[in-house]
Amino acid sequence: MANAQPAETFSPIFGRLTFEWIPIHEPILVATFAGVALGGLAVLALMTYFKLWGPLWRDWIVSVDHKKIGIMYMVLGFVMMIRGFADALMMRAQQAMAAGGSEGWLPPHHYDQVFTAHGVIMIFFVAMPFVTGIMNYVMPMQIGARDVAFPFLNNFSFWMTVSGALLVNISLFIGEFARVGWLAFPPLSGSSYSTGPGMDYYLWALQIAGVGTTLSGINLIATVLKMRAPGMKLMDMPIFTWTALITNVLIVAAFPVLTATLALLTLDRYADFHFFTNDFGGNAMMYINLIWIWGHPEVYILIIPCFGVFSEIVSTFSRKPIFGYKTMVWATACIMVLSFVVWLHHFFTMGSGASVNTFFGITTMIIAVPTGVKIFNWLFTMYKGSVRLEVPMLWTIGFLVTFTIGGMTGVLLAVPPVDFQLHNTLFLIAHFHNVIIGGVVFAVYAAVSYWWPKAFGFQMSDKWGKRSFWFWFIGFYVAFMPLYALGLMGVTRRMNSYVDAGWQPYFIIAACGAVLILLGIACTFMNFYVSIRDRKKNLVGGDPWDARTLEWATQSPPAPYNFPFDLEVKGREAFWTMKQQGFKWPTENYKPIHMPKGTATGVVLSAIAMIFGFAMVWYIWWLAILSFAAMVGIGIAHTFNYKRDYYIPVDEVAATEAKGAAV
Amino acid sequence: MSADTHTHHDDHASHGHGTMGQLMIGFALAAILTIIPFYLVMAEVEMSRTALVGIIMGLGAVQIIVHLVFFLHLSTKSEEGSTFMSTMLAVIILVIVLAGSLWVMHNMNENMMPEHEMDQMIEEMQSLQSQQG
Amino acid sequence: MSHSQTASVRVADHEVHHASPTPIGFWIYLMSDCIIFGALFATYAVLGGGFAGGPGPKDLFEPGFVAIETALLLFSSITFGLAMLQADKGKRDGTMMWLVITGLLGAGFIAMELYEFRHLIHIGAGPDRSAFLSSFFALVGTHGLHVTGGIIWLVTLLTQIKAHGLTTANMRRLGTLSMFWHFLDLIWIGVFSFVYLVRLI
Repeated sequence: MANAQPAETFSPIFGRLTFEWIPIHEPILVATFAGVALGGLAVLALMTYFKLWGPLWRDWIVSVDHKKIGIMYMVLGFVMMIRGFADALMMRAQQAMAAGGSEGWLPPHHYDQVFTAHGVIMIFFVAMPFVTGIMNYVMPMQIGARDVAFPFLNNFSFWMTVSGALLVNISLFIGEFARVGWLAFPPLSGSSYSTGPGMDYYLWALQIAGVGTTLSGINLIATVLKMRAPGMKLMDMPIFTWTALITNVLIVAAFPVLTATLALLTLDRYADFHFFTNDFGGNAMMYINLIWIWGHPEVYILIIPCFGVFSEIVSTFSRKPIFGYKTMVWATACIMVLSFVVWLHHFFTMGSGASVNTFFGITTMIIAVPTGVKIFNWLFTMYKGSVRLEVPMLWTIGFLVTFTIGGMTGVLLAVPPVDFQLHNTLFLIAHFHNVIIGGVVFAVYAAVSYWWPKAFGFQMSDKWGKRSFWFWFIGFYVAFMPLYALGLMGVTRRMNSYVDAGWQPYFIIAACGAVLILLGIACTFMNFYVSIRDRKKNLVGGDPWDARTLEWATQSPPAPYNFPFDLEVKGREAFWTMKQQGFKWPTENYKPIHMPKGTATGVVLSAIAMIFGFAMVWYIWWLAILSFAAMVGIGIAHTFNYKRDYYIPVDEVAATEAKGAAV
Repeated sequence: MSADTHTHHDDHASHGHGTMGQLMIGFALAAILTIIPFYLVMAEVEMSRTALVGIIMGLGAVQIIVHLVFFLHLSTKSEEGSTFMSTMLAVIILVIVLAGSLWVMHNMNENMMPEHEMDQMIEEMQSLQSQQG
Repeated sequence: MSHSQTASVRVADHEVHHASPTPIGFWIYLMSDCIIFGALFATYAVLGGGFAGGPGPKDLFEPGFVAIETALLLFSSITFGLAMLQADKGKRDGTMMWLVITGLLGAGFIAMELYEFRHLIHIGAGPDRSAFLSSFFALVGTHGLHVTGGIIWLVTLLTQIKAHGLTTANMRRLGTLSMFWHFLDLIWIGVFSFVYLVRLI
């Protein structure tokens, strides 16, 4: 079972896909598949019973409404988080057991897939959908727009991300996933050492999702630049919109490097090119160089919108404008540029000279300065404010504490001689979980609890929200502080088993922490359930938090067109100004509202992209050619459709507004 | 909403297509800037290698600017400066990617296999082989 | 906070018409594409000396051949510019004529590139021969794929202009394709200078 890879065969019809690639001999996978299949069938049956297929298709799948797409990104993030967290639990269980001669319960062949899938899923299919979803939902409303600049493209981007996520999940039941770590360094990921389809699933899943990410980045930048309400200057935009702009600039600047790098590795694997091979003049270090040119900006892509989320929350719940608006904007811009000149700190140990290591060590430490500016800005916003400790604020304070600790361990790692000791140890693992959980995950939870009443028109349960927070917060420290200690003892990452039984207690504590986090996640889902069940009791109006930015000037949930009239805005915190002025929406003289039409092209193209990816993974060349041609054909056909918009009639606007006013 | 409500005229204001004069000036400059480097290489002009590389790369850079200005109508004014800003940012990233990769990889190669040490190793191995032989 | 005195929000008197986001959106796309090429140029710069005992630039590259390719692309940029000038005057037939010529010049370029690739592979200098050739084929091939995509787009747009005339939507598409086409010519400047010429010195 340890090297359970079927022999390579090839048939013109099925490529290298044979029945041996269906993992029926792996009990864990069979049980998972049974669970997914039964659960899936139950959902399908219920949907058919309640006749939900039509509404699902019309109102969600083909919708180009940025709010619907934002919510669908969040759903994708939560679903994939379950998958990614299951991988985490499996790893923690394995390492808690596999000490002093014991081999644990996961053989290396399986364990290596689990840690690769965990990293890939958590970054690309959990964190990225979450931040993209929040930006999609909130940003257009904050600038007073009715939708994003390119609504169809937005729908297409989302479904391409889903296609990538599905490919990763398909690999669970047909074939296998990569066994190379989340960034797939060659030569291990090259064709000589990674045979089988696992590595190819990795490449095609990321390429397909990457198309979506890049296009969504372009779309959201164009939205901020061109769709702002008249009068809103760049320096008057809410901080979250600023962070969204800068994040998407980073996406558009960094993701092309990932696309190119993965394409080169694909050529190495498929067409016998020699970029990163050991022979024929290739150089594996070039891959590591290139992938980190993308990889470091990527972590800022994840955290910068979260800084925006916390800025909004701190300001609202302290009832004060954000302290140091301009320094906040400039600090974010500095981080954007600096994030492109630190990438080598991910491979200090790989042989560069003192001059190179010193340069990148210093630039890395400099990044702590603008980040520190932000921390102080949030603290000063709270200082002498009337702080309300609602659930979003709890997450924010949890973030401030946790992220600062994570940042400091990061500065430690930026010192090259220290990094020589700690490189690829569990200290590093603890560090980046400290900033990603403390930063991104806490921000996502904060954002969900903050904007949920806006999105659905009712509050979430306070009780379950607080439970979720405390389990996550304490669980994080229990799970990752032992890893810092282990890292300092020299324990390397990605170990399947270890000899020194003295490490085992730490791993057992870490596993307990993972269980606490599991309870935190369970409380989250309980919160969804309880909140939806009791929704009638917790209805809210447009502005449940006494907030300050323009998205709160809409109904909850917002009408499809967001604002019944176009606004002209002067100054910051537009909604706060409106409240000060005693602004009331006019209740007559509505005009027809111009909106984009939904289209199925995005979801169809993405489905075919997934088939194309699958065909490439399994060398089913005829299907690959066919699906590629179909994508090009459908893409061209779409350009012959010139009727992409419609007007919402006055009656409908009036009716929607009257209904909103009644709440 | 990229709807078709705004007129033909709006598009022009935000993104001009230039004039015949611009196009022809651009063409003349581009032609000259193309012919010189090809001439230098094809006529095997006597010059130091560094100078030739410098001239060819320099002319290439100038021609890229010519194309940006005369064909792509890049200016600091279009789209409230957004076009120019995004171009500058792309240039910065390109410089970082190109110069950074070259520096990092070159430094790594120097550091991991310095040439004189390699030569020494090869000599030692040869002398060992000859002793054995 | 001085802004609180001047801050105001009111309902706009007229329905707000945002200028089309397409030109800036497409420009941003081009910048991201440019960074893809940047990564490929960087790969060529770093791995371009990895001959692995195989043929080098001086054995393979013909500057005369590249000069003709370059001329084809430069002329196609000019003819596209002429097509745009015709379109600005609202002359559909003139626009279409110059677009057809542009497409033919582009096709000529692609034909030459395919010939070069076939020749190289034929004499044993394919992309599998060395890291140098891998990075050469990847960079030049990616540019060629872009030009091919541009030709497909051009044919599509010709059909649409023939069917609907120079409508606002078609003018916008023509404007974006024009940017794309000039951009590819711009990338080619980097290719002929950095990939071919300096390696022949």
